Amino acid sequence: MITTKHLSKRYGDNLAVDDLTFSVAPGEVLGFLGANGAGKSTTMRMIAGFISPSAGQVSVCGHDIAKQPVEAKACMGYLPEGAPSYGEMTVGEFLDFVADIRALNGERRRERRALVIDRLGLSPVIDQVIETLSKGFRRRVGLAQALIHDPQVLILDEPTDGLDPNQKHEVRRLINELSKDKLVIVSTHILEEVHEVCTRAIIIANGRIVADETPSALEARSRYHHAVSLRFEKADDLAAARREIALLPEVVAVESDARELRLTAIPKPGANVLAGVGALIERNQWHVPELHLESGRLDEVFRSLTEPRGIDSSAAAELCA
Amino acid sequence: MSKVLVVFKRELRSYFATPLAYVFIVIFLVLAAVFTFQVGGFLERNQSDLQSFFRWHPWLYLVLIPAISMRLWAEERNSGSIELLMTFPITLWQAVVGKFLAAWCFAGIALALTFPVWITVNYLGSPDNGAIIAAYVGSFLMAGGFLSIGMCLSAATRNQVVAFITAALVGFVFLLAGFPLVLDFVRGVLPQAIVDGIASLSFFTHFDAISKGVIDLRDLVYFTALIGFWLAATAVVLDMKKAE
Repeated sequence: MITTKHLSKRYGDNLAVDDLTFSVAPGEVLGFLGANGAGKSTTMRMIAGFISPSAGQVSVCGHDIAKQPVEAKACMGYLPEGAPSYGEMTVGEFLDFVADIRALNGERRRERRALVIDRLGLSPVIDQVIETLSKGFRRRVGLAQALIHDPQVLILDEPTDGLDPNQKHEVRRLINELSKDKLVIVSTHILEEVHEVCTRAIIIANGRIVADETPSALEARSRYHHAVSLRFEKADDLAAARREIALLPEVVAVESDARELRLTAIPKPGANVLAGVGALIERNQWHVPELHLESGRLDEVFRSLTEPRGIDSSAAAELCA
Repeated sequence: MSKVLVVFKRELRSYFATPLAYVFIVIFLVLAAVFTFQVGGFLERNQSDLQSFFRWHPWLYLVLIPAISMRLWAEERNSGSIELLMTFPITLWQAVVGKFLAAWCFAGIALALTFPVWITVNYLGSPDNGAIIAAYVGSFLMAGGFLSIGMCLSAATRNQVVAFITAALVGFVFLLAGFPLVLDFVRGVLPQAIVDGIASLSFFTHFDAISKGVIDLRDLVYFTALIGFWLAATAVVLDMKKAE
C-alpha cells in the first residue's frame, strides 16, 4: 500500500511536483504518464526515498518514508531511471552485493538469486562486467536488482526504455505476473504499454494530476472512442463514402486519407455509428476490405491533457508568416 | 553494523577492480622510497630511526590521498548509482562510514606495504621499534584525516578532477596552518590565542609529535574529532546535493 498526501517538491522557483495525493493498493499496476519534465521521476524518487519532499507525506507499506526510511525501503524494489548500477562489478557480484545489503541469506537467497537470473535471462552474462553489457542487459540487471528480495512494492522508472520489442514484451509479461499480489508503479511514455500492463493510469502535467482513471476510461475520453475506420479499394468509393457518411446524424466529423484510402467516422458523444455506416456500405455496394471499431486513441487523450494549449498552433502560424 | 560491512566490502573490492589501485600503490611506494633515501638522506644521517621516512608523509598524502578519495561519491553521483545506494534499506550514516572505512583500509594497505623500510632499518641498526609503531599509527591517522576531507569534497561534486583539486587545496591549508612561516606571519596580525588555535588545527603539529614516537591523547582526540567532523559534513553535503 502506498499513500501520498499533498506531496510537493520545489527546486528554487520551479514547482516540479505540486500537491499530489493518491493511494495505490496491492494488485494494482499504476502507470505514471507525463511528458518529459512533468514530474514523473521526481515523484518516484520521493516515493523511493531518494529525495525528500518539500511538503507532504509518503507512506509505503505503512511506514512513513521520512520517519522510518529503512523499513519503508526494505519492502520496496526500485529501478531508477536509466537503470544505474556499479559498472566495474560483474552481474553475479552485483546481485550478491544487493542480496547482502537486503539481508537475504541461506536457502531463500539462493532461490531468489537463481529465480531472478532465470526470469531475466541473465545466466549468459553472469560473469561479465556490467559496463561491457548492452543497454538491454543493463536494464535487465537493474530489474533483477529490484526484484531479488521479492518486494511487496515495485517502483519502476521507465523499465522498458532501450529494450528491443521482444525484451519489452518479456518485461511486460513479468510485470503482469508480479502484479497479482504486489503493487507496481511504472512510469513510461510508451502509451501502448499502459494498455498492456496497467490497471490504472495517472497522467501528470506540470507536477499536477490531470487524469486518474483506468486505461479504458482514458480511451473513452478520446474523440475516437467508438469511431469507425474503413479502408477502401477504390478512390471513387472513398469520395462517395466521405459525402454520405458525413450526412449520418450520429456522425460529428469524417477524416479521410486519400493516399491510404482510409476513412474514419467520428461519432457524437455516446452515439453509435457502426450500424449507420454498415447500412451505407451495404446499400452502395462499396468494397471495404477492412473495418474497425476504435476504442479510442490514448496518444490523442495524452496530448489533449498534457500539451500547453494554444502555443503550438500560433507558433506554427508565426513561423509560416 | 553488518550493513556498514557490506558497503565496505563492495567499496574496497571496487578499488582493486581497476588498475588504479595498483598504480596508486606503486607510485606511493616509489615516492616514499625516493623521499626517504634521496631527499631525506636516510643513509647519510647514519641514525637508526625512520624520521627521514615519516617526515615526508604529510606531503605524500597531500598529493596522493585525494586520488583515493576523489571517486568515493563523485563517481556514484556521476553514474547515478547513488540513487540505488540511497534507496537500499541502509542509513546515510552506514553508507558514509562504510565507504570511508574502505578508503582508509586501502590507504592502510599502501602504508603497510612500506614495511621493507622498517626491515632495512632493523637490519642496519637497532631502532626504537615502539617509536616506529607509534609513527605508523600517526601516519595512518593522518591519512584518515586527509581522506575524510577528500570524501566530503567528493560528495560536493560529480566531477572527479574537481574533487581531486579541491581536496588537495583544503588539505594544503590544513598542512600549512602549522608551518612556522605561516604562523610567524599571522602572529604579527592576530592575538596569540588565535595563532595557537590555528596551529592546533594543523596536521603538522599533531603528526610531528606522533612521528617522533610520542602518542599523546590530545593528538588522538584531534584526529578522531577531525575525521568525525568531516564525515558528518559529508552526510550533510550528500543530503543536500545527492539528487543534483
